Amino acid sequence: MVSLIQSFGAYALRQVFSAGRMGLFFFYAVRGIFLPPRKFWFTVKQIQFIGSKSLVVIGFTAAFTGMVLALQGYHTLSKFGAEGWLGSAIALSLIRELGPVLSALMVTGRAGSAMAAEIGIMRIEEQIDALECMAIDPFSYLVTPRFIASIIALPLLTAFNDVIGILGGYVIGTGLLGVNAGAFWDGLTSSVDWNDLYMGFVKSACFSVLIAWVCTYKGFYAGVEEDHYGPEQVGRATTEAVVISSIAVLISDYMITSIML
Amino acid sequence: MSTGNLIEIRGLDSFYNSRQVLFDINFAIPKHQITVIMGVSGSGKTTLFRHLIGLKKTGPNKIVVDGEDMGSFSETGLIKYRRRIGVMFQGGALFNSMTLAENIAIPLKVHTRLAEETIRIMTVMKLNLVGLADFCDYVPSQISGGMKKRAGLARALIMDPEILFVDEPSSGLDPITAAGLDRLILELRKTLGMTAVVVTHELESAFEIADRMVVMDQGKIIAVGSPEEIRNSTDARARQFLNREADPHSGDLDSYYQRLFGGNCR
Repeated sequence: MVSLIQSFGAYALRQVFSAGRMGLFFFYAVRGIFLPPRKFWFTVKQIQFIGSKSLVVIGFTAAFTGMVLALQGYHTLSKFGAEGWLGSAIALSLIRELGPVLSALMVTGRAGSAMAAEIGIMRIEEQIDALECMAIDPFSYLVTPRFIASIIALPLLTAFNDVIGILGGYVIGTGLLGVNAGAFWDGLTSSVDWNDLYMGFVKSACFSVLIAWVCTYKGFYAGVEEDHYGPEQVGRATTEAVVISSIAVLISDYMITSIML
Repeated sequence: MSTGNLIEIRGLDSFYNSRQVLFDINFAIPKHQITVIMGVSGSGKTTLFRHLIGLKKTGPNKIVVDGEDMGSFSETGLIKYRRRIGVMFQGGALFNSMTLAENIAIPLKVHTRLAEETIRIMTVMKLNLVGLADFCDYVPSQISGGMKKRAGLARALIMDPEILFVDEPSSGLDPITAAGLDRLILELRKTLGMTAVVVTHELESAFEIADRMVVMDQGKIIAVGSPEEIRNSTDARARQFLNREADPHSGDLDSYYQRLFGGNCR
């Protein structure tokens, strides 16, 4: 009985410790913006890695999402004789929800896992220890550029996602399903307003912070708990990073939507 | 604090979670000399090393550097201490995406405002010192483990540190390269008056370079002194380490059975 309470207590303490350490990690990552070394070109390279190299993946995701929305939307709207509103339905779904969330999930799988793995490998090869011993702030060097790159790249990817998705929906809606092109664009422009775009933008900005935070944190502390560094720890850190980021994105999506809607 | 000692360790205990790994460690690291910390794997020498380089938090009044208590260093104090030291890690700990020259130049680029050309000259000088001048523009994946160690050493030396900490310099190296590294550390002590702390389990290397030796076993110090004093040590475990003797097993059937089926694995 006592050992049960003891192990629960130990578990609770570990969770509190991890939460605190994660909070401090965020603080150090933000502080890294103001501390040397300032890694401008490295940040630009990260923007290229997270952003421009994800364009193909996001493009495919968006195109097929838009096309499926057209099919499903038409099928549902035709029951009410409201096919003309297809453009509106596709655009609002993408801009408010699917654009930010799907972009975030794709970026998590691609760039988030790479961030966790890269930093995790540096941890197990003592490269982060070497940075600290050279009196170089490892947060400033490794984490902050990825944070900044993520905040810049993800909203832009979301915008790209929205555009390609709407185009995909347009092609299927007007080309395959016979929706009137004028009605499509008219419905779209009359229903989408700044609040929808703003909501999508706020979501993708929040998701970008969450993804960068969780993935770099997991990589940074890979193996540190057990004081045992090896490839298994990096693999576990990468998996946990992707899973936790994805769940965090979905939960925060609900919370932001309920606040902003 | 006695003159001539750069670092004093007083009653240091260390834990990983609830497991104690260092027990009442007491010794001093003298200035301008090479101190070698030796012991079998798992003796706690790496933990001690990590305390000395500031990677593991130390309690108050356990490690005193030049009269300053490392346990009560603020973040600024720790940064100042790290600017005085150079650390070579076991595998070199080089950054994989950069060339050797870029790796070695990092401390200069971050901490100084020297011109590119000056940085390049200093980098080449240090690469020459470790015999890697021809490999300036190679990345770590293109060179051998021994070369990575030497590059790691060059990076540790780039800021001309007061104290050099070296973790297992000779492990995995062929005898010629290992001897070259030993000679380099000796030269640094002779020409620059560098203080060095070397963690190793290679006996020959240790006796070659040490001015002072510390022998550890199971988290405790079992022998401290000059190489001569260590060679004449009467501690049984130290003698076993120095004579390269395996742990004794008697030849009877019961103890053989115990070896096969004992232990905690099920």
